Amino acid sequence: MNGVPLGGYLLLGLLMFAIGVLGVVLRRSPVVIFMCIELMLNAANLTFLSFARYLPSLRSDDPAMLSRQAVSGEMMVIFVMAIAAAEVAVGLGIIMAIFRLRDKVDVDDLNVLRG
Amino acid sequence: MNLINPNFISFVILALIAVGASLGVVFCKNPVRSAICLVISFCVLAVLYFTLSAEMLGITQIVVYAGAIMVLFLFVVMLLTTANQESLNPKLDWRLILASLFAVGLIAVIGFRALLPFNQTITPRAPDGYGGPQELGMALFTRFGYPFEAISLLLMVGIVGSILLAKRRVR
Repeated sequence: MNGVPLGGYLLLGLLMFAIGVLGVVLRRSPVVIFMCIELMLNAANLTFLSFARYLPSLRSDDPAMLSRQAVSGEMMVIFVMAIAAAEVAVGLGIIMAIFRLRDKVDVDDLNVLRG
Repeated sequence: MNLINPNFISFVILALIAVGASLGVVFCKNPVRSAICLVISFCVLAVLYFTLSAEMLGITQIVVYAGAIMVLFLFVVMLLTTANQESLNPKLDWRLILASLFAVGLIAVIGFRALLPFNQTITPRAPDGYGGPQELGMALFTRFGYPFEAISLLLMVGIVGSILLAKRRVR
C-alpha cells in the first residue's frame, strides 16, 4: 500500500508495545497479563514486517536481493509466532497448575517461592 | 509528502481501531471482554499485514492467533474464573500513575531515538509479490532449514511440557 510512510507503522507498533507494557504492569490477573504479552509480541511482528517491506536492504538495489531480504524478515515473524504459541501453551499450563493449588487470581499473592 | 490520500486515511482508521482494541485489553475488567478486544486487535493486525504485502502471514495471523491461541485463552478463562471479576481498584492510583509514566517514557525514548531517523522513508523498497506462500515455503525449507527444525523441536518440548503441567498428579 503506497502513500503510507514507514513511521506510521513504526508508531503503531510502538503504541501497541507500550500498551502491552502498561497492561503487564497494571493488571493482576495472570491470564490478562499473558494477553498483554501477546500484544507486545504482535507489535514486534508488525515492526519486523514493516521494516521488511520498506527497508529490506540498504546496500543493494537488485529486486531479487531485496525480496530475498524481505522474506528473511517474514521468516522472523513466523518464528516469533511459533514461539508465542509454545509460550502460551506452557504458560497457561503453569497457570492451571497454580490455580489448582490455590483459588486466588492475584499475581501479587503468588509468593510461594519467596525465600 | 502528501498525507491526504485514501491509503493513508484507511491506515489511520485501522491503526485507531488497533490501538483502541489494545486499550480495551488492558482496561476491560472482565477477562472475556479483554480476550474479545485482543481478537479484534489481531484481526486488524492481519489486515495491516496484507497492506504490507505479507499475505501469507496475514492468513497465518488469523489462523494461529485469532483461531488457536484465542480459543486457548478463552478456554482457560472460562475454566478458571468462576465469576471473580478482577477489581482494578483499590491500590490502583499509584500503580496507574507509575505504569502510565513508564509507558509514556518508553514511547518518548524509543520514539525519539528510533522513529525520527526513519521519517524520510516513505516509499517501500521491496518489490511486490514476496509474501506469497510459494516464496515463504521455498525460503523456509532451504535457507531457514535449521531454524525450522529448531522451532519444531521447541514446539515438541512445549507440547510435552504443557501435558505434564496439566496432568493431575496421582499419588
